[in-house]
Amino acid sequence: MSASRAYKLAFTGTAAGLFSGLLGVGGGTVMVPLLVLWLGYGERKATGTSLTAIVVIAAMGTLLQGAYGNVDVVKGALVGVPAVGGVLAGTWIQQRIPTDVIGLLFAVLMIGVAVDLILS
Amino acid sequence: MSALAVGMGLCGGVVSGLLGVGGGILFVPALTLVLSLTQVKAEATSLLAIIPVALVGAARQHRYGNVALKEGAVVGALSALGVAGGVALANALPQRALKVLFAVVMLFVAAQLLRRFMRTRRAAADTIAPDD
Repeated sequence: MSASRAYKLAFTGTAAGLFSGLLGVGGGTVMVPLLVLWLGYGERKATGTSLTAIVVIAAMGTLLQGAYGNVDVVKGALVGVPAVGGVLAGTWIQQRIPTDVIGLLFAVLMIGVAVDLILS
Repeated sequence: MSALAVGMGLCGGVVSGLLGVGGGILFVPALTLVLSLTQVKAEATSLLAIIPVALVGAARQHRYGNVALKEGAVVGALSALGVAGGVALANALPQRALKVLFAVVMLFVAAQLLRRFMRTRRAAADTIAPDD
C-alpha cells in the first residue's frame, strides 16, 4: 500500500466516523462515494468493503451505547433479524444489475439523505 | 405494528446489501415511529441491528470477491475512532448549520456520481454505435 493511498484510506475512515458521530448518518453514505470517486474502487467492491468497515463501526458503537443502557435488544432483533434476510436478497440482486446502476441508485439515496437532513 | 417494523427491517436489509450502507436509514424510523423508542435509543439500537446485517452482507460480498479486507478493516477502525470525535464536536457546534452544510456536500457528491453514470452510459452507447 503506497503512502498516499494509506492517507486517503485514513481520511475516508476518519471522515466517515466524524460525520456518523456528528449527524447520525451511517458511515456507508460517506465511505462508498469516497471509495468510488477517490480511491478508484468499482461499485461492488466499494459496497462490500464499506460493509466490512461497518461491522467494526457498529460493533464499537453498540458497545459504547450499551454501556449507557441505550440498546434495546428485543426491538433491535425485531428489525435486525428480517434485515439479515434483506441483505442476502440485496447482495444477490446487486450481482445481477449493471455496476453503473448501483452508482445511480446510490446518488438517489444520497439526495434522499440530503433532503432529510435539510428538513429535519 | 410489529409486522410494519419487520417489513421496514427487511427493506433496510435490501438497501444495505444493494448499496453497502448499514440500513440505519430505515431501522431508525422503524424503531422511533413504529416501536416507539426515543431518538437516542433508536440510534443505539439501530447499531445493534446493523452488526449481523453488515456481517452477513460483507461475508456474501467476500464470496463474490468484492471485499478489500485489509483496507476495509483500516477504514472501519479509523471510523470507530472518528465517531468519538464526531460526538464531541456535535455537542460544541451548531447542529442546524452542520446538517445543511453536509446536505449540500452530499448533493455535490451525488452530482459527481450522476455524471459518472452518464459518462459510462455515453461510452457504452459509443461502443455500440461508434459513428453516432
